[in-house]
Amino acid sequence: MSFLEIANLQKDFGGTRVVKDFNLAVEKGEFVSFLGPSGCGKTTTLRMVAGFEQPTSGVIRIDGRDVVNLKPNQRNIGMVFQAYALFPNMTVAQNVGFGLKVAGRPKAEIDARVAEMLEIIKLPHLAERYPFQLSGGQQQRVALARALAVRPQVLLLDEPLSALDAKIRVSLREEIRAIQKKLGITTIYVTHDQEEALSMSDRIVVMNEGRADQVGTPFEIYNRPTTRFVASFVGTLSTLEGRVVDPAAGTVSIGDSTVSLGYRLAERQAGDAITLALRPEAVTLGRDEARGAHLSGTIRDVSFLGSVIRVRVAVGSGTVSLDTFNSPSAPPPEPGDLVTVSFAPGDLLVMED
Amino acid sequence: MKANRFWSWLFLILGIAYFVLPLIGTVEFSLKMRRGEYSLDAYWAVLADPRFQATFGYSVMMAVATIIAGVVLIVPTAYWIRLKLPHWRPFIEFVTLLPLVIPPIVIVFGYIRLYNTSSWLPLTGTAAGTNLLLMFGYMTLSLPYMYRAVDTGLRAIDVRTLTEAAESLGAGWLTIMWRVILPNVLVAVLSGAFLTFAIVIGEFVLAALLNRPAFGPYLQLIGANRAYEPAALAVIAFAITWACMGLIQLVTRFQKHTMARR
Ligand SMILES: Nc1ncnc2c1ncn2[C@@H]1O[C@H](COP(=O)(O)OP(=O)(O)OP(=O)(O)O)[C@@H](O)[C@H]1O
Ligand SMILES: [Mg+2]
Repeated sequence: MSFLEIANLQKDFGGTRVVKDFNLAVEKGEFVSFLGPSGCGKTTTLRMVAGFEQPTSGVIRIDGRDVVNLKPNQRNIGMVFQAYALFPNMTVAQNVGFGLKVAGRPKAEIDARVAEMLEIIKLPHLAERYPFQLSGGQQQRVALARALAVRPQVLLLDEPLSALDAKIRVSLREEIRAIQKKLGITTIYVTHDQEEALSMSDRIVVMNEGRADQVGTPFEIYNRPTTRFVASFVGTLSTLEGRVVDPAAGTVSIGDSTVSLGYRLAERQAGDAITLALRPEAVTLGRDEARGAHLSGTIRDVSFLGSVIRVRVAVGSGTVSLDTFNSPSAPPPEPGDLVTVSFAPGDLLVMED
Repeated sequence: MKANRFWSWLFLILGIAYFVLPLIGTVEFSLKMRRGEYSLDAYWAVLADPRFQATFGYSVMMAVATIIAGVVLIVPTAYWIRLKLPHWRPFIEFVTLLPLVIPPIVIVFGYIRLYNTSSWLPLTGTAAGTNLLLMFGYMTLSLPYMYRAVDTGLRAIDVRTLTEAAESLGAGWLTIMWRVILPNVLVAVLSGAFLTFAIVIGEFVLAALLNRPAFGPYLQLIGANRAYEPAALAVIAFAITWACMGLIQLVTRFQKHTMARR
């Protein structure tokens, strides 16, 4: 049995169902992210696990114990909020020690644990500061220490980094992941930033309109999206409209080229329309004989992103995006150029309608 | 432009004169008890009067009781409304404003009717009961100020997230109130408390009609029977009120250094 189990969870807000038939099993020590667009129900699901919202129906079990009817302060859960939520009237040390003090632990034990936690978040020198004297990143680290000081069974984080600026966001997400691994704490992390989810998680739950669309490792989610929503939400994806030429041989036509996918297209007829998709990194500019498929088109626009240059090429009725590495000696391609793009047929994703 | 400036200055000076001249007159008069020279005789006479000490002490005690009861009632109420019943806020705000439009005389007649010796809850039958009634009356009078002060204080913190953070750390309702909410609205509570203090010290109608030995009725009694002492008393009452206002300012400033907001 899994450590944290969520089964058939539903939540209605005045007639609208915002979480629909949500199922998830999280193993002990696992780091799971909820990824999805704004309003898809990530926070609501997390708040039901924390006990701040009552599910309309469904089961939440932590270590075999049904917690649905327990109050938040009886669930032994650590929570980190987007808005830091440090107690403004307490010092850093008092904030971190709050949970232990509430639990009536002896002072010596609290002091030792607070010192240990401040060591983990690398802020032992700020113990006597008040929250208003800290930067956002420091406040969020203190909030993490405060949540972990009571040794919760599950750690929940709701977009903890979205109020911070880009640099700190990257360094802090690495730090959070390192602390999580070190303590081996079961974690649910809510974010709408796919880079965050892909880089930190053991597994990702991609949510759409209150449902878990796909659950899988970052590798699976990115490379083997099972729904059109997941494919388009995670990463950049170029979709191309094509036609099935021979379903048994797996050949399709795109624009005026014919490409062999190399596998049978079940349940398709010759002449059927088919939607295909490509990741930018699967496509190269120019004719590359090592890759089996080639399409020609016109460059629509070029954006310079630093180390890479993203080029969008109009092919037939669609557009293919591709990334090439920036090389200071070669001038970048220009819009309007006629080009050929190449890719391996196996990298084409067939989208279910 | 210039002319505009002139008129605004003129009106400002007229306004100040309107407030300050009577005050200066009162202070001047209060110093004239000894014929031919200024002295503090009137003040000594007032301060030495045992009735002054008794009534002032009584009113201070009532003010403190009112403040404590008010904080215990209003802080959790305002907190709860912000947290759980935000759509009730306009209604609650309207209720808290009622004491400003209903005269104290109406309130006190209502009290006397409801709680007289032949009623089901004869509070006016004993001194302690009447004190309690008077305290509730004072709480009502200070409600608009106290509620507004506390509500403003709560607005400055993220009540909901702080509550949830404390809850997830295992805190119960009382702990959250006492350790998280109250310390963060302390400045607001104190400024409400000083306003309450000023109101209670100067209040006349409730105390007089409930026949309690408070400072307000004493002020009136002296005013009717003496010449110089009332002026001195008025100056003292005025000084107390302004000291309260000054304390509000001081506390607010002091607070900024020890526990500022995010
Ligand atoms: N207390 C509430 N009352 C009514 N509707 C609510 C309430 N809380 C959330 N909702 C609705 O439920 C849906 C899901 O909200 P939720 O906050 O879970 O989204 P989210 O995925 O966390 O979005 P975001 O990325 O913007 O934080 C939204 O449509 C929202 O309007
Ligand atoms: Mg959210």
